[in-house]
Amino acid sequence: MTRLLEIEKLSVTFGGLHALKDLDFHVDEGEIVSVIGPNGAGKTTFFNMISGMVAPTSGDIRFEGNSIVGYDPNQVTAAGIARTFQNVRLFANMTILENVMVAQHCRTKTGAFGALFNTAGFKREEEEIRQHGIDVLGFFGTRLTGYRLEQPASVLSYANRRRLEIARAMATRPKLILLDEPVAGMNPKESAELTGLIGKLRSEWGFTVVMIEHDMGVVRDVSDRVVVLDHGEPIAQGSYEEVSTDPQVIEAYLGRPVEKRKKSDVDTSETGATA
Amino acid sequence: MTAVAPGPAGMMTSEVLPARSAASQDWNDILKWGAIGAASIAFLALTGMLVVLDPRPVISGALSLGYVAMIWVPLVLGYTTTKQVVLEGMARNEQGAADVVRGALIGALTGAGMSILAVLVNAFDLRDPLVNWSPELLAKLGFDRGLGFGVIAWIVLGAVLGALGASLHLMPARIAKTLGIVVGTILFVSIFEAFLDDLLEGFGLTFLTDFLYASRGGLTIVSTIVLGIAAALFGMFGSGKSAGLTAKLDAMEAPQRKNANMLIWAAGLAALVLLPIFTGKITNELLANVGIFLLLALGLNIVVGLAGILDLGYVAFFAVGGYTVAILTSPNSPGFSPGLPWWVALIVTVFMAVLAGLLIGAPVIRMRGDYLAIVTLGFGEIIRLLALSDWLKGWFGGAQGITNIPPADFGLFEVKGTDPRSVYYLTLFFVLVAIYVSWRLEGSRLGRAWMAVREDESVAEAMGINTVNIKLAAFVVGAVLASFGGAILSAKVGSIFPTSFLILVSVIILVVVIVGGMGNIAGVIAGSVVLIGVLGGPKQPGLLQEFSTFKLLIYGALLVWMMLKRPEGLIPNARRTRELHQEEFLQDAWLKGEIDTDDDDVADAVDTVVDAVDGEASTGGAPA
Repeated sequence: MTRLLEIEKLSVTFGGLHALKDLDFHVDEGEIVSVIGPNGAGKTTFFNMISGMVAPTSGDIRFEGNSIVGYDPNQVTAAGIARTFQNVRLFANMTILENVMVAQHCRTKTGAFGALFNTAGFKREEEEIRQHGIDVLGFFGTRLTGYRLEQPASVLSYANRRRLEIARAMATRPKLILLDEPVAGMNPKESAELTGLIGKLRSEWGFTVVMIEHDMGVVRDVSDRVVVLDHGEPIAQGSYEEVSTDPQVIEAYLGRPVEKRKKSDVDTSETGATA
Repeated sequence: MTAVAPGPAGMMTSEVLPARSAASQDWNDILKWGAIGAASIAFLALTGMLVVLDPRPVISGALSLGYVAMIWVPLVLGYTTTKQVVLEGMARNEQGAADVVRGALIGALTGAGMSILAVLVNAFDLRDPLVNWSPELLAKLGFDRGLGFGVIAWIVLGAVLGALGASLHLMPARIAKTLGIVVGTILFVSIFEAFLDDLLEGFGLTFLTDFLYASRGGLTIVSTIVLGIAAALFGMFGSGKSAGLTAKLDAMEAPQRKNANMLIWAAGLAALVLLPIFTGKITNELLANVGIFLLLALGLNIVVGLAGILDLGYVAFFAVGGYTVAILTSPNSPGFSPGLPWWVALIVTVFMAVLAGLLIGAPVIRMRGDYLAIVTLGFGEIIRLLALSDWLKGWFGGAQGITNIPPADFGLFEVKGTDPRSVYYLTLFFVLVAIYVSWRLEGSRLGRAWMAVREDESVAEAMGINTVNIKLAAFVVGAVLASFGGAILSAKVGSIFPTSFLILVSVIILVVVIVGGMGNIAGVIAGSVVLIGVLGGPKQPGLLQEFSTFKLLIYGALLVWMMLKRPEGLIPNARRTRELHQEEFLQDAWLKGEIDTDDDDVADAVDTVVDAVDGEASTGGAPA
């Protein structure tokens, strides 16, 4: 398998705080990798850095062999990395269809002239992005399609907003999707369904996925590999079974040894805050 | 009596209790509103309206505009303070004598504000800080009949008007509406005398003018009565038809609706093309001014309404257009005077506007929100000060500006200031271009990107939108449209001075966009007609020429009132309305059953909760 994303000795400091320290990380094409860790471990900062929203202090990020350090977020997206946000950030007053259409901005090029003179190229491109938009929305069944297409995103339920966020990331035609807590705030049934869909992101759409998740059930079911961050440093890497029995990991999460690992190991305060 | 139309199934209507007795009043509240009314009406009198507008009769010999500008206060207060808020499921009293008493008391207190003012003006001389604290004011406060008469008359008049305002709630809706139509018609016909005179003359109906208006202005008593009866007849029997038509239009199916809309647009356009043939100079001048400001407002609407960039220095691009055309066409241009024809200069203007948009935009556009607004404000002033400066006097003529700009010559016809009709047509053409551009861009890839940037700039960038380029594009499109306005202004006025491009122009255009309805073309048109057409532009008189001294006061009051009562503007953009009324909108959507509640049925949800509780219990709770 080819290396899609390669991260070398990545560090970032905010003032005196090491949000990330000497992180080495890689994702192969077609992998699903989970990044876990307690609150404040630097997971979202890690995503922000890959997507160009935060500049690293040192280290290198290579995507398909090219360094993307110093890229603007829109250039990162154009290069093929899309992301979702932990605190759902849709364009709430645009329609559901417009949300996924606007995400294809960097894949299209018609300018003002095409729009003003309603050229054939303009019409074809509009139809294309409309169709692709409907396709990605169709990934979630009929929940976001049909009469919903023309509704503003603000009427959606919480779970559907999360789904639309993923659809919007898919619409940018990426190679790599970064999912920031995709099932946060969902009920177990919805989580289970989305877990299946994350698998399909790879099998049906060919995306590589890196995901931050607190729900260990989802992490266990879907990831090929798990990376654990604590205080900005990677403390363990490997399959779910390896990582979940690692004493360092257990200590990071609980601060004390326990006899038996439980589902409720998940830090409830964080899921509570994002819901 | 059924109080409320039956709501959706399962909803309660409010219970109506018998009217309160006239003596049971909330005295504190009456005092509060009375004090507010008294302060307002005294403030209006001290702005000078009463004296300045007095020479202008509304009804010849009976009522002057000065008094109209005062007496609406107790009437409106009487009406609004007795209006009942009907809440679903809440018991309320039937309206009755108590409300009329309340209105009359508040009105009397308001009138007393004027009485007290009269006494004070009589006793003290505060003319030094308050310019309008004058003997003329005292005379007008006494209705030209002495202080004693005035003091009593204001209280009585206020009470009567307050009671009248309150009793509007008690009348059958139809009567109240008819009264409103009668008063509105009389005021409209009287206040817009100059415009109607001009219009009627164009259609050769001067006999109507002679009948309506007294020789020294204002309606005659007879014409007031005739007009009142005509309006009353219309109010009783004629109105309601337009409402029926609107309802019919609303009920149409999509394709039919589209045709009807096209028809309306075509009819409107035909009227706009044909109207100036019949109207005289005053009206055409007015329409041309509305057109120029509409052009500017449409441009600013793209920048502020679509892309969400609060540009307070928009006048800079207006100036770029004006000065480019002036320099290139005027033989008097101090530095460089090629004497090009207007339309060639216009092509250069477009390039200059794009350049200016990029030059001003590039440093500014990386800023956000308030910072951007402040910096654009600075750039707007910089452009004007450069034009004014001695340093560039050799190019822009400093304070003397550039004069002797020739008319725009199109071979078949000339556009010049002395022929407002030609200016009107030129402006109409550019306004149509601007409307087309706004409409096409809004629905395109560019328009969607602007909307995304307006909603959440960081996310828009993360979704692959180059926000810098997109915002620059909005800046440039807006700049080009504004420069057209400047180019027309040059040809129209024939001279250009730095004072034509004061910061006030930016502010007024922004107010036009906000009051009209940000992000909506129809709203911007409405805003220009109402503000520029009726009130007047920064230097251009509107229909209410008499009010020109108080223009900015009215602008300010209108803006404040709009922000409180209707922040989305006169004709709002659906999206912005949602942004501003998110909660109401979601409630409505919920009532209509449009909010989705996910697919899980209730049983599933209950299971989930039970599972979660069980899980927590069996593991001994989550670690803290």
